[in-house]
Amino acid sequence: MRATTRFAAPVAAAAAAAGALVPTTVLADAIGGAVQKQATNWSAILMFLAFVLFTLGITYWAARRTKSAKDFYAAGGGITGFQNGLAIAGDYMSAASFLGIAGLVYASGFDGLIYSVGWLVGWPIVLFLVAERLRNLGKYTFADVASYRFQQTPIRTLSACGSLATVTFYLIAQMVGAGKLIQLLFGLDYMVAVIIVGVLMIGYVTFGGMLATTWVQIIKAVMLLSGASFMAFMILAKFGFSPEAMFKAAVEAHPKGLAIMSPGALVTDPVSAISLGMALMFGTAGLPHILMRFFTVADAKEARKSVFYATGFIGYFYILTFIIGFGAILMILAPDANGAYPFLTAAPAAGAKAVIANVIGGTNMAAIHTAHAVGGDLFYGFISAVAFATILAVVAGLTLAGASAVSHDLYASVFAKGRANEADEIRVSKITTVAIGILSIVLGIAFENQNVAFMVGLAFVIAASANFPILLMSMFWSKMTTRGAVLGGGLGLISAIVLLVLGPTVWKAVLGNPTAIFPYDNPGLFSILLSFAGIWFFSITDNSAQAQKERKDFEAQYIRSQTGLGAEGASAH
Amino acid sequence: MNQNAQRILNNPKFQELVAKRSAFAWTLSIAMLVIYFGFILLVAFGKSFLGTPIGSGVTTWGIPVGVFTIVSAFILTGIYVYRANGEFDELNRQILEESK
Repeated sequence: MRATTRFAAPVAAAAAAAGALVPTTVLADAIGGAVQKQATNWSAILMFLAFVLFTLGITYWAARRTKSAKDFYAAGGGITGFQNGLAIAGDYMSAASFLGIAGLVYASGFDGLIYSVGWLVGWPIVLFLVAERLRNLGKYTFADVASYRFQQTPIRTLSACGSLATVTFYLIAQMVGAGKLIQLLFGLDYMVAVIIVGVLMIGYVTFGGMLATTWVQIIKAVMLLSGASFMAFMILAKFGFSPEAMFKAAVEAHPKGLAIMSPGALVTDPVSAISLGMALMFGTAGLPHILMRFFTVADAKEARKSVFYATGFIGYFYILTFIIGFGAILMILAPDANGAYPFLTAAPAAGAKAVIANVIGGTNMAAIHTAHAVGGDLFYGFISAVAFATILAVVAGLTLAGASAVSHDLYASVFAKGRANEADEIRVSKITTVAIGILSIVLGIAFENQNVAFMVGLAFVIAASANFPILLMSMFWSKMTTRGAVLGGGLGLISAIVLLVLGPTVWKAVLGNPTAIFPYDNPGLFSILLSFAGIWFFSITDNSAQAQKERKDFEAQYIRSQTGLGAEGASAH
Repeated sequence: MNQNAQRILNNPKFQELVAKRSAFAWTLSIAMLVIYFGFILLVAFGKSFLGTPIGSGVTTWGIPVGVFTIVSAFILTGIYVYRANGEFDELNRQILEESK
């Protein structure tokens, strides 16, 4: 692999974008590597083309089976728990989490594990408190559940805003990350990469709906899990499957030495740590593209199984990523059999240790170099193609969730007041998909040189502060009213955005002010509590006739949420 | 509320199902919260413990503790699904059957 033209954009922004899941402030040394456009990588491009052709074939097959709104939004409700578990894991295992966490382990060791644990622990909560109730009450979107016994217009509007905000910030981070990553992996132009991603995602979603989106996600999840398993296997095999031997070699090679085996700078004060933990945990339970997946299975039983499998796959994936990160330390920072350092821009002086930031292409390339080292050119091409496929699958899922919020919540329920027919609703959904696709290409290009690493964090905070509290309280608290939900959820949404903008990630790092007005990187702790407090206060003080009726209707909702009486079934094909 | 729903509400099995399942779900949720925030507090205040090598090697206590946190998430979901898809779903089936 040769480094050819040097890439001119600001280095930090570029590298941070590719690892969009890792907050900049905790990772100062991880974004120091130079980003270079690589030579055109033909084996990767051919394998990616094979993936695209195959998934387009699936889209064609799915398009022929997608007729009703239920097919379009929920794949007809016929996905099994195991398949859905893979698809959910696929939605969650983005390229950024694969490359970002492996890069974090490569740079700081143990801290990578702390970080990945935070991304996993939301799943049991989704299972215990959300999944089956959601499946029993809803149809296509989580707003179906949040607005179940309330006034449709205000709750659907707020839920759609929460969904669209989450989806947009997530999408921008993914698109910018995609452009940068593909530049690195394939040697394609940034703009070409962003347009390819946008066009393919429009194709999958408009023609194949949820069925195609789910299968693209499943295939990608299987590819990513098998590729990562192979890498971890090869790394461990070099050490006779002894983690101790691997850690020992890594400690010797890494400039930080023994420090990589213990917690470092990731968690500095407990308030930040708990705040980030809450945003990750409850944000997972409020992501519209994830929640939507629970409507693709037949019943509550399959919904539960989905989370069980998804948690297993995601947890396994994070353990693999940890091993791969340690493998990267060994492949990159230790000399190879010939005494050379093929993945560093400069070999260390005699007797000195290698410099972490000298890795070619930046820290986010650590996992990719490791693939090259353990599997040769062909496997390197495969992992690059998987990374591209991963971005594509994730943006397709996000786009479908955004389009559903517009067509099912805003158009059908708010604008047409439930009088829209299915055909119109699907048409609006497809138009919205095209619009979101074009918008994300435009935003991807507009944000090319911006630091977008905070945007995934923002998406999670909004999901945790606006979507999750309304959803949870609507299912668990009989006394919630429309007023409480709208004011409390709105408070969560606004405080999450405002506090994040005033905090160090945006106010200091992006806007360049000397000190932040709000001291914490992640406002989760505050905005989530504010949202719950708002819902509580504005509900108990609401004594309108409407509020009385809403409280009375809880019982019927409760019975359905618990037993599935009257719940949506799978459509017959 | 329709007749079926009214029958469900009056069925003592429904009260039993809801009480048992809710208690179980909340217990497991709290277990997960305690494990995770316990881990985070250990990272914040117990850095030296997590950085202590096990025996004479370089592997620290942090590694098994971190891996345990990941595995516990999977095990807790497994425990819930096992009981919910078996015992609770059977009770639920009876309740729906008796409401007709």
